[in-house]
Amino acid sequence: MLRYANPARFMKLSSTLVPWLGGLALAALAAGLYLGFAAPPDYQQGDMVRVMFIHVPAAWIAMMAYGLMALASLIGLVQRHPLADVAAKAAAPLGALLTALGLITGSLWGRPMWGTWWVWDGRLTSFLLLLFLYLGYIALWNAIEDEMRAARAAAILALVGAVNLPIIEFSVDGGTTLHQGESILRKGGPLIASVYLWPLALMALGYTLLFFTLWLLRIRTEIMTRRARNLMLAGEA
Amino acid sequence: MTALILRDIRLAARAGGSAMLALGFFAAVATLVPLGVGADLRLLARIAGGVLWVAAMLAALLALDRLFQADFEDGSLDVIALGPLSLEQTSFAKIAAHWLTTGLPLTILSPLLAVLFGLPSQAIGALFLSLLIGTPAVSAIGAIGAGLTLSIRRGGLILPLIVLPLLSPAVIFGAGTVLSALDGLRNGALPLLTAFSFAACVLSPFATAAAVRLNLGS
Amino acid sequence: MSGFWAMGDYAAYVWPAYGISAIGLLVAAVLVLRAHARAKAALARLGVKP
Repeated sequence: MLRYANPARFMKLSSTLVPWLGGLALAALAAGLYLGFAAPPDYQQGDMVRVMFIHVPAAWIAMMAYGLMALASLIGLVQRHPLADVAAKAAAPLGALLTALGLITGSLWGRPMWGTWWVWDGRLTSFLLLLFLYLGYIALWNAIEDEMRAARAAAILALVGAVNLPIIEFSVDGGTTLHQGESILRKGGPLIASVYLWPLALMALGYTLLFFTLWLLRIRTEIMTRRARNLMLAGEA
Repeated sequence: MTALILRDIRLAARAGGSAMLALGFFAAVATLVPLGVGADLRLLARIAGGVLWVAAMLAALLALDRLFQADFEDGSLDVIALGPLSLEQTSFAKIAAHWLTTGLPLTILSPLLAVLFGLPSQAIGALFLSLLIGTPAVSAIGAIGAGLTLSIRRGGLILPLIVLPLLSPAVIFGAGTVLSALDGLRNGALPLLTAFSFAACVLSPFATAAAVRLNLGS
Repeated sequence: MSGFWAMGDYAAYVWPAYGISAIGLLVAAVLVLRAHARAKAALARLGVKP
């Protein structure tokens, strides 16, 4: 019974956090969208630069979600904490969605800018494979009936995938790519003009907060569902 | 451990030869692709590395879902787990047996099929070498997937879905090795393939054993 | 105003990108919130407050 002490604390904590995170997410997104469309067209990319405000955050959060999923998986495997397993499971569909959005927006951005819908370079290839990893992870959870076995199997898969992703990215071109290089977190300061940096930062913040809001809600839903199921089974006993 | 490897090979041979199935699939793809793509030998030579590597990988995958499932279903996996060999050693034995019955035959057949693609001889050598070094990785990483999914009936597509993304560096480096021989340029693909394969073979028994353990336990 | 919608002739790329993102995120949010509400209701029917 002591095991439930933690989920109960989580439920209490998340019930206060979620409205705040959600509200802040919407505010950040609204501000980011406004500034994004108010900004002038780029000297090189024209109005296409505005796609950056939805492409980059999606890609960032897609990768962050996988990192969180892998971390939760590790904690679940080592500590055998059921909340960690639930957290990993809950993150996956959100991560998959953001990866898909990143791929689609990236493709729409690439077509007018590079002349092609797709390129098999390191970054795009590994990002596409990230989507497959997410889908395989979700499929594994759904395919194994025993909840605890599914959690452990999925955790192993998440960790093996985490090791593999940088290898995949590197393997394609040894790091050379058509894709935009690192232009924000650089030693000399950001390369992007501040008129674009602000909407990008706000959208990134908005996407992050939105992810956390939905993630916490999904974890809560899973906890409540399991509790209801346990109560019903106990009632029938 | 040799006993286990020999047993698995004998089982594979008896089960209608998964090796035959794999070779047949490999040969079928190698014959059909030139038919579909057309007779341009220069084009065929350029895609040969990629096509043959993908075909070899898929062929090796065909036998994978039975790697642990047969023993799991009739209970002999539990017996093996309680036996003198650790699960890591057992996994290594199964990976070795799988490679000996699929990857190795595929590698040996490959020069013959490479001729269908008009590959010049130094590229054929590169293909052979890349498959020889790379197919153990396919067995190794495939075993992890097989271990994770061994309790899933009619798992069907989930094993390839899990394993293929993880195997993409092998395909990329493998095909790259052939291209490097074709172009006469050194592109580092072979050393990278060797490193990847080595790492996969060394690390996989641990991950595979963990996967099998979780399915046998609880 | 028509200049805004034209997005400098890139309209065919910009608006689908924003549209798909908005739809994707909205549908996700709706599904998540509905599942949450349903789970909460299920517990309430069993007489428990989450």
